[in-house]
Amino acid sequence: MADEKKFAGYVCTGCGLGDRLDAGQLETTATRDGKMQSCKQHEMLCSAEGVQMIKDDIGNDGVTHVMIAACSRRAKVEAFNLPDVAVTRANLREGVIWVRPESDENTETTQEMADDYIRMACAELKAMNIPAASGEQSLNKTILVVGGGITGMTAAIEAAAAGYPVHLVEKSGQLGGALGGYYKVIPTRSPYDAPAENPVPEMIKTIEADDKITVHLNSTLAKTEGAPGRFSVELATESGSSETLTIGAIVQASGWKPFDASKLTEFAYDKSQDVVTNHELEALAVAANGGPIKRPSDGKEIKSVCFIQNAGQCSDKEGHLSYFSGVTDLVSIKQAMYFKELNGDCDTTVLFNNLRTPGAGGEDFYRAGQKAMVTFSKGIASEVTPGDDLTVKFMDKILNEETEMVCDLVVLATGMEPNSGPDPYAQLMVDEAEDEEEKAKAQAALENAPPSILNLQYRQGTDLPHLKNGFNDSHFICFPYETRRTGIYAAGPVRRPMDAQQARDDATGAALKAIQAAENAGKGRAAHPRSGDLSFPSFRKEGCTQCKRCTVECPFGAINEDEEGYPMYNESRCRRCGTCMGACPVRVISFENYSVETVNQQIKNVDIPEEWDEKPRILVLACENDAYPALDQAGQAGVEINPWARVIPVRCLGSVSLSWVTDALNNGYDGIVMMGCRRDDDYQCHFVRGSAMAAERMSKVGDTLDTLNLEPERVILHEVAITDVERAPKLINDMAETVEKIGLSPFKF
Amino acid sequence: MAKIELSFYPGCSSQKGATSSNYLVSAQTMCEELDIQLNEIPDWNCCGASIGYGGGGELPRLALSARNIALSEEHNSGQEIVATCAACWLSTREAKERLHEDEQMFKDANAALSEAGLKYKGEANVRHMVEVLVEDIGFDTIKSKVKKPLEGLKIAGYVGCQTNRPFGIAGESFENPQYLDKIVESVGAESIPTYEKKVQCCGGALAFSEPEKSQEMIKGIIEAAYDNGADMIVTPCPLCQANVEIYQDNINETYGTKFNMPVVYYSTLMSVAFGRSAADAALNGQVIPAKQLEEIANK
Amino acid sequence: MSDLNTAMIEKYRSSFLKEVEANVEEGEWVKMCMQCGVCSGSCPLGKHWEHPPQEIFMMIRANKREEVLSTDSMWMCTSCYNCIARCPRGLPITHIMHGLAVYSKRLGLTQKKQPTAEFSQIFWDNLMKKGRVNELKLGLSMYFKDGFGQGVKNAMANQKLGQNMMKAKRMNAMEFFGGHSVKDLSGFQKMVKKAQEIEEGNLEDAK
Repeated sequence: MADEKKFAGYVCTGCGLGDRLDAGQLETTATRDGKMQSCKQHEMLCSAEGVQMIKDDIGNDGVTHVMIAACSRRAKVEAFNLPDVAVTRANLREGVIWVRPESDENTETTQEMADDYIRMACAELKAMNIPAASGEQSLNKTILVVGGGITGMTAAIEAAAAGYPVHLVEKSGQLGGALGGYYKVIPTRSPYDAPAENPVPEMIKTIEADDKITVHLNSTLAKTEGAPGRFSVELATESGSSETLTIGAIVQASGWKPFDASKLTEFAYDKSQDVVTNHELEALAVAANGGPIKRPSDGKEIKSVCFIQNAGQCSDKEGHLSYFSGVTDLVSIKQAMYFKELNGDCDTTVLFNNLRTPGAGGEDFYRAGQKAMVTFSKGIASEVTPGDDLTVKFMDKILNEETEMVCDLVVLATGMEPNSGPDPYAQLMVDEAEDEEEKAKAQAALENAPPSILNLQYRQGTDLPHLKNGFNDSHFICFPYETRRTGIYAAGPVRRPMDAQQARDDATGAALKAIQAAENAGKGRAAHPRSGDLSFPSFRKEGCTQCKRCTVECPFGAINEDEEGYPMYNESRCRRCGTCMGACPVRVISFENYSVETVNQQIKNVDIPEEWDEKPRILVLACENDAYPALDQAGQAGVEINPWARVIPVRCLGSVSLSWVTDALNNGYDGIVMMGCRRDDDYQCHFVRGSAMAAERMSKVGDTLDTLNLEPERVILHEVAITDVERAPKLINDMAETVEKIGLSPFKF
Repeated sequence: MAKIELSFYPGCSSQKGATSSNYLVSAQTMCEELDIQLNEIPDWNCCGASIGYGGGGELPRLALSARNIALSEEHNSGQEIVATCAACWLSTREAKERLHEDEQMFKDANAALSEAGLKYKGEANVRHMVEVLVEDIGFDTIKSKVKKPLEGLKIAGYVGCQTNRPFGIAGESFENPQYLDKIVESVGAESIPTYEKKVQCCGGALAFSEPEKSQEMIKGIIEAAYDNGADMIVTPCPLCQANVEIYQDNINETYGTKFNMPVVYYSTLMSVAFGRSAADAALNGQVIPAKQLEEIANK
Repeated sequence: MSDLNTAMIEKYRSSFLKEVEANVEEGEWVKMCMQCGVCSGSCPLGKHWEHPPQEIFMMIRANKREEVLSTDSMWMCTSCYNCIARCPRGLPITHIMHGLAVYSKRLGLTQKKQPTAEFSQIFWDNLMKKGRVNELKLGLSMYFKDGFGQGVKNAMANQKLGQNMMKAKRMNAMEFFGGHSVKDLSGFQKMVKKAQEIEEGNLEDAK
């Protein structure tokens, strides 16, 4: 690439832009104010001919930086894909003419808006460099799968089938996991009318026959260092030997553990051998060896059995699981059918409150159970009395009466708990606890933390961060496989409770994501949601104060520290959100194509009219993932946006530097609206913590406003969803009203 | 030759001197105008209605309908069976389905029929007269036959239960069937598509055994018609017609209401609109006279 | 207690559900109920049922034999078919209720003087005489079912209704003498008798 920068602007006059705006004026703005060395107009810039015009200039005239003044950067992405040059887009269509009414009195303000967006795009372009991959790692196609249950086995088989070598690590002495010891599984194919054969033995055979898969039994991960494309994993075996593998990406399929039923004293689990969990019943069914299932206590053939649904789950009682494990009703239907199959005329009752049978065949399987004469009674069990026969007391919810039944065996439909490593933020939870009760809870969690599974040598801890209830955190709406550690994919019941088929589907997805991560790492590209982005953060060491905010606040634990306490970025662990950039108090962190400067230049190049012009300016910093698309859609829907607004898309609200706010206020902006994603427990932030970090940082903006003697209402932060097509414009228009009420900023000069 | 020939099952209540003899008269008039020829099933018997189950049980009850179908198949071979009475249609169609699904029941029914020298094949289609009107004749044809549009009349279409459930008319919903409203509009009157008691039960046979409980429901049906500004109620079902019309005095006495709402059949409306006389429309069969229809008929 | 009832109790000691499956019209559907309660909420006479259909299904599964067979709930069914139309599981609820009513009656467990049970029998007997219903006699039988005195009272109370119907020629006093009939009455009656024999036989076999 030539070292010399050459800037060219292009103004599109299609889609009504030429009718609504003075294109000649825009061209002048681009060359005079924006300092573009050339500027051309085209009546349909996105056409093959228009795009060719730009490409010719790049090829023949050595243009390196391109400013396109046309539609939103979210439109015509394919057409304007110019990978070898730096590109900015001035959003004149969705951002200007579609949100402004077409009438004479609006012509002037509409043109001013468009001119500003051209100035902004040109200023941004000036501060941009062309990103290139760091070359930190080369392509490593080896996939490591942690856990040899149905999820891990599936991930291994699928990755190998796609041509990627796999190391499958299993803690125990055999493959199969929890499901390996099960009699049958929930049916996965039409007509969904009977329990299906356990797929585990077949899968073990497949793995043993596959020379792309190396199985490590009795093994654990002693140490995991590096990043996607260059993980270095030290395996420890039971015998004491160790082995170091170089890995491209990792699937964590560490599975689940059954709820500890000894807490269920009301159901006599601790008193009678004939009260078993659903997990334990599988062993009884296997032991029956095709004959009738027998009671654990005396070996008597079981003639009547009662299943108690939601035992210790879906409950707010102390020590119970507050959540429902999703599959345990289907499991009970399956197990009830074991008795119909093996125990002849066995009275089989399922006591349920809400019978939930998700999945394509769930309802069919429920009907099959009913057809097989399993009795489903809507009732809530309160007590099991042990004895020769067991007496189950329950509230019949249909007949509204307390009643009881006698049976040989009671099966408790208990829930699934994740087999996670320790939560890396457990200590943080203790430190940040808001009251004593919360602190004690967090302290207990910290002290009872399970042993590490991954042993990551990361600044932010050894394992994957948790969501509620200990399941691994992932963006549950947009990219469920992505954990908060790039290149490591959680799959199966460690992510959420699920059955064997769901685990297999999940594992297949995770295997493909792992492959994608390894491939991306080899090319220096980002993972979701900025897939393909080659930019990565770098810092100016001279300016760094080793404050560690970037290494602590990175939502993905991407940044390690060297011995002196300087950040080490690990490009392939980075998701390019810029939360580190927003965190840095001395503004030394930047991306080639996104930096404090690229935004600051946009802010500064907006034309701020004199106070007596009575034309306020409102800066809108909109998250590119949700808020900015919502504003684009507002344009498509013809929702009006106030003409004083100037919108700048940001990668994440987490990347917003407080300096932008301060500088904007100093420059005479009258109001600032920041729009990010939802940030609580049910967050929708694409970078998990970015929006929350921004909210925390901006809570301190009041001090700045105080210093400048400005009203606090001038700066506001909103949570905006992609569906807020009406609301997002309204939030901007509300700010315009606020400004009108409190008056223009005195900082206009 | 008539355009449509059907094997006709009139049912007990249609007979001379029975509760819906007026239905038969107006249905015949309507059919003449629409060029439908009704060939009565020779020697048909009662279907057992919806109340006979308690005395008859399953097989004897099904045998009744099997006999009618067998007679139709023998004498009106190749013709579809059509009933004007909801219960007749329902019993006959239900019997046909049950005997089709249950092989043993089919054999048992034929064993019983052989005592009367009959054989049940179960080939004939069993339809309600309104199905013929909606599906074979069509609203446009009905409209085209109208000589005296029933202008200025607002009529609540009371479909009731058994013409509507469980079989109903193809393409109609159980909760809000529209065909009766469309018939009302086709003859030039104003319909009430939102009539909320359109498919409310009138009590059926329980009007005899549980009169208080039934009349409470009937009251609701009539009240809603008044609330919607209806001049009269139209129905496709003989028991609905009778229950809603003839107990109005009793209801008035019990509840202090002043109901005097005529209840007619769709065939009554059509006979009048097609320009036939009050006698042909069997307006003399009204317990509560439909005076507005009489005026139009006598015009 | 009838012999049949005793025999049935003996045979299906452990499971009333199985008894219903084997002996009640459409009884094999009972186990498929998923207890949503739409039937109970859809019944026009719902408030008059001691145990609405949803409960009846639950009681069958809970072995509450006596309570189910002796309640008069099923006799509240007007055959409106709302429950059938709305049942998400497609249960033929109307027929099951009819079947349970008939079964209870056969076992001699139906409450005495249950008006719909009585009317149902009167209706059947009426149609059996001539093959077609004689409405006049049907009405009179209903009025006089509880004796002559009550009958006269009932008839007087409904005198106006009767007069109205006669005036509209929708009731005919002459029906009292003979009335409409099928021609092949003996064939008709033989057919029904045979059907009854087969059905009774099936029940006897079930004992």
